[in-house]
Amino acid sequence: MFPLRVRGLRFEPNGRTVLSSVDLDLSGEGISVILGPNGAGKTLLLRLLAGLLPADGGSIAWSGAAQPDGRLAMVFQQPMLLRMSVFTNVEFALRPQAMSAAERRARSAEVLDRVGLAHRARDCARLLSGGERQRLALARAWAMRPRLLLLDEPTASLDPSATEAVERIIREIRTEGAKVLMTTHNLGQATRLADDIIFLADGRIQEHVAAPRFFAHPQSPAARAFMQGELPWRIAFEP
Amino acid sequence: MLGTLSDALALLAGFDHRLLEIVGLSLRVSLTALAIGAVLGLPLGAWLAVASFPGRGALIVALNALMGLPSVVVGVLVYLALSRSGPFGSYGLLFSPAAMIVAQSMLVVPLIAAVSRQIVEDAWKEYAPEFAVIGIGRPQAVALLLADCRFSLSVATLAGLGRAMSEVGAVMIVGGNIDGYTRVMTTAIALETAKGDLALSIALGIVLMAVILGLNVAAYHLRGWATRRYG
Repeated sequence: MFPLRVRGLRFEPNGRTVLSSVDLDLSGEGISVILGPNGAGKTLLLRLLAGLLPADGGSIAWSGAAQPDGRLAMVFQQPMLLRMSVFTNVEFALRPQAMSAAERRARSAEVLDRVGLAHRARDCARLLSGGERQRLALARAWAMRPRLLLLDEPTASLDPSATEAVERIIREIRTEGAKVLMTTHNLGQATRLADDIIFLADGRIQEHVAAPRFFAHPQSPAARAFMQGELPWRIAFEP
Repeated sequence: MLGTLSDALALLAGFDHRLLEIVGLSLRVSLTALAIGAVLGLPLGAWLAVASFPGRGALIVALNALMGLPSVVVGVLVYLALSRSGPFGSYGLLFSPAAMIVAQSMLVVPLIAAVSRQIVEDAWKEYAPEFAVIGIGRPQAVALLLADCRFSLSVATLAGLGRAMSEVGAVMIVGGNIDGYTRVMTTAIALETAKGDLALSIALGIVLMAVILGLNVAAYHLRGWATRRYG
């Protein structure tokens, strides 16, 4: 599955360029954080990698292959939760896998315990708080034992304590061997979590460096402006 | 007028045998048609919601158009199919409750399918990316979406029951309105009104209205309860 190599990736809906030429190399370890202004195409890049959208050009190669040979999971900014119990919302995600019902139940119970939702397993998922919903979405992704976990602003609109809980889970998932690629607007969160930073602006990756180096000395003018809060925030298409 | 209304209420209060027989047959025919409509219409609608194939748009337009299918047209079609010279004439179903069930099912299936297609498609737009990443296939998606949308779909099926119970043209043609055998509320109302027996017509009308109103009250409360319980 790794290294992941992206070359010249383009996305141009209705002739409007959102991603013009993205080149990216990712190893299979650590947490990579995609930073960039609104409309830069961060979510779009995750969706292209997940295969949810067809690119208009360029290539994505997973260790040389067109399709990843390991499991990929994604947690969306607004996670989809079925009108069913918390437990079922994890368990159903394991049904496509070659597992017995007993194994599915056991693994679902295990991850719910690890994200602190075991006591709410029988409750209806849609009645959870925002932080609990995001933990449930992470539990569902975790249960799939992904090799690559894509997270689209996993703590957007969460309070500090819920954010801390989500970050703790992300670290645990990383510790268990999953590669995490996530977007965030929260620079503090990027500082806490990121091993490396991918800075996306103007339709391309401006920088991809180790996190300490990025925060100490952003190289590109766009990254420097972003860090100083000067980069204009564009309202643009981000499906 | 007041005397007729009084007679109608007396029929209801006295649990008139004839009235109960007609109401019983109406419920049996319409509930059976509803069950058939739900079994066929819900999966059909859900499948159309998630499927992708050439001609899907035309099929959806056709299904939506069938919602407004005149019941007399259905009656004529079923009559032709079940008459002695028709393809299913050998079964001897014409002028029987079974023929009425067939006719009402033909009215209910498109209605349930079309409404459920819209409900499930709205949910599908929301869930499709997540299902794709998880690896949920289309058949599994249909099952999950039907389960997830169960409360909205139950309202759709109640609408189907309303359609079945209130129609008169099809059951009149294929049932024949035979007293004690195929006479249901709507056909009885039409006949008794023509004969001038307004008391029975009004009594049946009250029952019919009560059933339809009850269904709507049930649907309203079901939605409210489901929203509180499941979000």
